Amino acid sequence: MTIDILYFAWVRERIGLPRETVETQAATVAQLVEELRAREDRYEVAFADLSALRVAVDQDLAEFDAPLDGVREVAFFPPMTGG
Amino acid sequence: MAVRVQSDPFDLGAEANAFVAAQAGGMGAIVTFTGVVRDVAGGLQAMEIEHYPGMTERALHKIEDEARDRWQLGDVLIVHRHGRMQADEMIMMVATAARHRADAFEAAQFLMDYLKSRAPFWKKEHTGQGADWVAARDEDEDALKRW
Repeated sequence: MTIDILYFAWVRERIGLPRETVETQAATVAQLVEELRAREDRYEVAFADLSALRVAVDQDLAEFDAPLDGVREVAFFPPMTGG
Repeated sequence: MAVRVQSDPFDLGAEANAFVAAQAGGMGAIVTFTGVVRDVAGGLQAMEIEHYPGMTERALHKIEDEARDRWQLGDVLIVHRHGRMQADEMIMMVATAARHRADAFEAAQFLMDYLKSRAPFWKKEHTGQGADWVAARDEDEDALKRW
């Protein structure tokens, strides 16, 4: 399946991209992260500590064990600092 | 109800007046809160705010819906800026209307607490030493537990 992946704040800076489209067979967000980490060092660096990251699936906050079935967009970012 | 995410500055007085004027009768209490850029360590050249277009609006509407389930509210307004700002510029505001002040105050506080850690905004501070992403504070996460 094809999924759009978005990166924000320092995750975007470490990976060097705001978004990309990937072809993946990952069943969960965690499996998608493993696929990305295996690609290149910059992904390994960005995803080194998952406790420092948050994920949104189709624009709703989610957990790393969230399923990807039917999902179109996944976003990775640090804890939010609005207000 | 309205949620606006914009790069332009907003006029707090004009927003507050328009908000009051738009209320149906019987709203005896209007609370507004305004967040302002702080130069915490000194030497702040700019504050940059990044957000996630689409999800931001969606998250703010969800937070507002949650507030409406808990308190009797008239209108709710959330305005949040993104892009670059200077110290002492206004970043965001919320306004709540209710028949009684307790609902308006509590709902405004609830909206702020959730907005800080559940709406996808990220702050980056630019100083003479470079630029750093602002780290989320444990107190902000803890603030959600009281609701």
